[in-house]
Amino acid sequence: MASLRSFLRSGKTFVILFVVTSCASVFQVNVRDALNQAMDEELERDERVFLLGEEVAQYDGAYKVSRGLWKKYGDKRIIDTPITEMGFAGIAVGAAFAGLRPICEFMTWNFSMQAIDQVINSAAKTYYMSAGFQTVPIVFRGPNGSSAGVAAQHSQCFAAWYGHCPGLKVVSPWNSEDARGLLKAAIRDDNPVVFLENEMMYGVPFELSEEMMHKDFVIPIGKAKVERQGTHITLVSHSRCVGFCLDAAAVLAKEGVECEVVNLRTIRPLDVDTIEASVMKTGNLVTVEGGWPQYGVGAEICARIMEGPAFNYLDAPAVRVTGVDIPMPYAKILEDHSVPQIKDIIFSVKKVLNM
Amino acid sequence: MGSGRLPKTIVCEHRTSLHPQMHVKTIPCKEKNIYEQDPDILPPSGAHLRWTEGGQVVSEAASVVVSSRSYADFTPEATFDIKKVDLHRLEEGPPLTSTLTREDGLKYYRTMQTIRRMELKADQLYKQKIIRGFCHLYDGQEACAVGIEGGITLSDHLITAYRAHGYTLTRGGTVREIMAELTGRREGIAKGKGGSMHMYTKNFYGGNGIVGAQVPLGAGVALACKYLGTDQLCVSLYGDGAANQGQIFETYNMASLWKLPIIFICENNQYGMGTSVERASASTEYYKRGDFIPGLRVDGMDVLCVREATKFAADHCRSGKGPILMELQTYRYHGHSMSDPGVSYRTREEIQEVRSKSDPISMLKDRMLSNNMASVEELKEIDIEVRKEIEDAAQFATTDPEPPLDDLCSHIYANEKSFEVRGATPWTKLTSHS
Repeated sequence: MASLRSFLRSGKTFVILFVVTSCASVFQVNVRDALNQAMDEELERDERVFLLGEEVAQYDGAYKVSRGLWKKYGDKRIIDTPITEMGFAGIAVGAAFAGLRPICEFMTWNFSMQAIDQVINSAAKTYYMSAGFQTVPIVFRGPNGSSAGVAAQHSQCFAAWYGHCPGLKVVSPWNSEDARGLLKAAIRDDNPVVFLENEMMYGVPFELSEEMMHKDFVIPIGKAKVERQGTHITLVSHSRCVGFCLDAAAVLAKEGVECEVVNLRTIRPLDVDTIEASVMKTGNLVTVEGGWPQYGVGAEICARIMEGPAFNYLDAPAVRVTGVDIPMPYAKILEDHSVPQIKDIIFSVKKVLNM
Repeated sequence: MGSGRLPKTIVCEHRTSLHPQMHVKTIPCKEKNIYEQDPDILPPSGAHLRWTEGGQVVSEAASVVVSSRSYADFTPEATFDIKKVDLHRLEEGPPLTSTLTREDGLKYYRTMQTIRRMELKADQLYKQKIIRGFCHLYDGQEACAVGIEGGITLSDHLITAYRAHGYTLTRGGTVREIMAELTGRREGIAKGKGGSMHMYTKNFYGGNGIVGAQVPLGAGVALACKYLGTDQLCVSLYGDGAANQGQIFETYNMASLWKLPIIFICENNQYGMGTSVERASASTEYYKRGDFIPGLRVDGMDVLCVREATKFAADHCRSGKGPILMELQTYRYHGHSMSDPGVSYRTREEIQEVRSKSDPISMLKDRMLSNNMASVEELKEIDIEVRKEIEDAAQFATTDPEPPLDDLCSHIYANEKSFEVRGATPWTKLTSHS
C-alpha cells in the first residue's frame, strides 16, 4: 500500500480504461464519453453528418464532449465557428435543408436564445409549412440547466421552452445509456431534435452492457423508462434529477415506501402512456425537475394526468418538485437552496402520502 | 441545314417557360419558304424542327397558327449596351453589353408578364377577401427574379424572404399552384399549409417570414453545395430593410472565412416597409456593406443588367473565390403588403415616374420591338396567353376545395408513424401523419 501511495505521489499518471467483469462484458463509460462515442460512430456511419459549434474542433469541445473528433475527421466535418449563434445555427439549418445532417452545438443552451428563431421558425416549423416537402434533419445539442457556480445567465433549463413547440423533438438524457442511445437516435432522426445534456453529468460513469455498446444501439425517442419499480408512489423526472429520485427512493425504501421512478428520456413527444400506467398502479404522483415551476415540464405532466384516465386513480393531488422560482444565485449556500434536493423529494413524497 | 430540298413550311416551337415542367407553347414563325429568301437565317436555338422525307419541316406541336409576319424579318439576336455596374473590391465587373437572343427575349418577356399579371390578380383577389393574411407583391421587381434565373440554372439553389411569389414561379412553381396556395386550397404548392410566405420547390427554400433569417439559411445551403463537392451555388436574397440585420453580418463573416459559394443579393427597392433607406441605414451603399466581400451595384430594372451581373457573380463563386454581393436597385409599385397603400411614406408621383421611365417589362419590350426581335402582335399574343393563364389559375384557385380537416395535424414530423395530437380540448384526439 505504501509503495502504491509513493508511486501515485511521484506524479506519474496512468489510465485505467475499463473494468471487465468475469461474466458478461460491462463497460464503465461516463456520459461525456458516451456522447463522444455516439457522435464518432454516427460520423463514421453517414458522411452527411457533421458537427459545428464554438470550440468543437481544435479545443476538443468546451466540455471535451467532441474530444478527438477533429483529429479524426478534419476541418470539413468538425467545424469551429465564430461566436455567432444566430448565424451558425441558421447555417446549420440551411445545410439540413440541402441534404446534410448537421449536429449544431450550443456551448450551453443559454446561448441558444441568441438563435432561438432559427431553431423554432426555421427548423421546427418548416416541415409543416411546406406540407411535407422540406425535411430538416438536424440535431441541436449542448449542456442545459444548472451547473455549479455559473450564476444566473448560465443556468437556465430550456426543457419547457423547447418542449412547448410542435415540430421539434426534445430529448433529455440522464445516464450514459440514455446519452448514447438517444444521441444516435437523434442523429438518425429526419426531424429537428433538441438534445439537452447536463454538464454535471458529463463526468459521471455508468455501466454499459455489450449490447449498449453496439454501434446500432438506439433508444426510441418518445419512450420513457421505468428505472425503478415501485408500488406506493410515482416519481417522474428527467436528466440529472432522475438520479436524485433514485437516491430519494433508496432512503424512502428503508421506511417502507416503494417509489416507482420514471425517467422521461424525452420531453417532446411526452410518453404520457408510461406515466399514466405508473400512476394508475401507484395512485400518487410527484414530478421532479431542475427548471422553474411556472409553465414547466411538471405542470404539463400534472395537467395531462388530470385530463386523462389516471386522475381517477389518484389518492392525492399530484405535486411538483422544481427549481426555486428565482434567477440562479452565485454563492454556494444560495445555489444549493435554488435547486431541488433529495430531501425536498423525500419531504414531498411524505406529504403526498400523508406520512 | 445540309443538302436536300429546301423546306416549304416551318413552324418554330419555343420553350416559353424557364422550367421544363411548365407547358410549352407553339409560337408560329411563318408559313413561307424562308430559306429561299435567305439561307443564312438559322432557326432560333432550341427550336424543335423535324424534317420529313419530302423536305418538309414540321414541328412536333399540335396546333399551328399562321403569323402574318415573315420569320426572316425578325432579328435572331441583338447586343445591347447596359448600364455600368458600380464595383466594390473588384478590378473588373460584368460586361457593358449584353447579347439577347429572340428566344430568350420572348421567354423573359413572358415570364415577367406572368409575374406582373399574377401579382395584380392577387391584389384583386385580396381585395375580394379571397386571399387573406399577408400578401407582399412583387410587381415592379420582375427583372430581378427573371434576370437572376437567367444567370444561374435550376440545379443551383435560391432562397428569399417573404416577397416570394415571383421566385416561386421562376424556380419551377406554376401559377396555378401559387394562386391556390394564396387562396389556401388543397392543390396549393404547400397544400394550403404555408400561404404567401411559405412556398417551396426543388432547390428553392422559400419564402421566409422572419426578416433576415433566410440569409444564414442560404449560406447553409451553400455550405452543403461545397461539402457535397458539386459546383452548385446558392443565391440568398434580402431587402434593404433586412440589410441591417446582425445575422447577415454574421453570415458575411462565415461565408468569407469558409469560402462558401453564395451570392448575396440585396433587392434594394428603396423602402423597408414604410422606412426609406436614408432613414434606416447609416450607409445606403448596400453593395459595400459586405466589407471584405466584393460587391456590385446593378440596375435591377433591366433584366439584361441583372442577368449579366448574375452570370459574373456565379462565375466568381464557381471559381472557388467565395461569396460575392450584388445590390439590385429596383422598385415595388405596391405598398409593402396589401395592408399598405404605399403612399404615406412616398409620393404617387414617384411611383408614376418609375412606372413610366423604368418599367422592366416596357424596357424589354421596347428593346425587342425597336430591334425587330418581335412584332407588336406577337407580344400582344403573349399578353393574351398570359392573361388567360392567370384567369384560369385564379378560377382554379377560387374553386379548388380547402384542405381536408384530416390534414390539420399532418406534416409535424417526417418519416414517422402516425401519432395522436391533442386538439383544442382533451377530448379532441386528432391524428398526425407524416
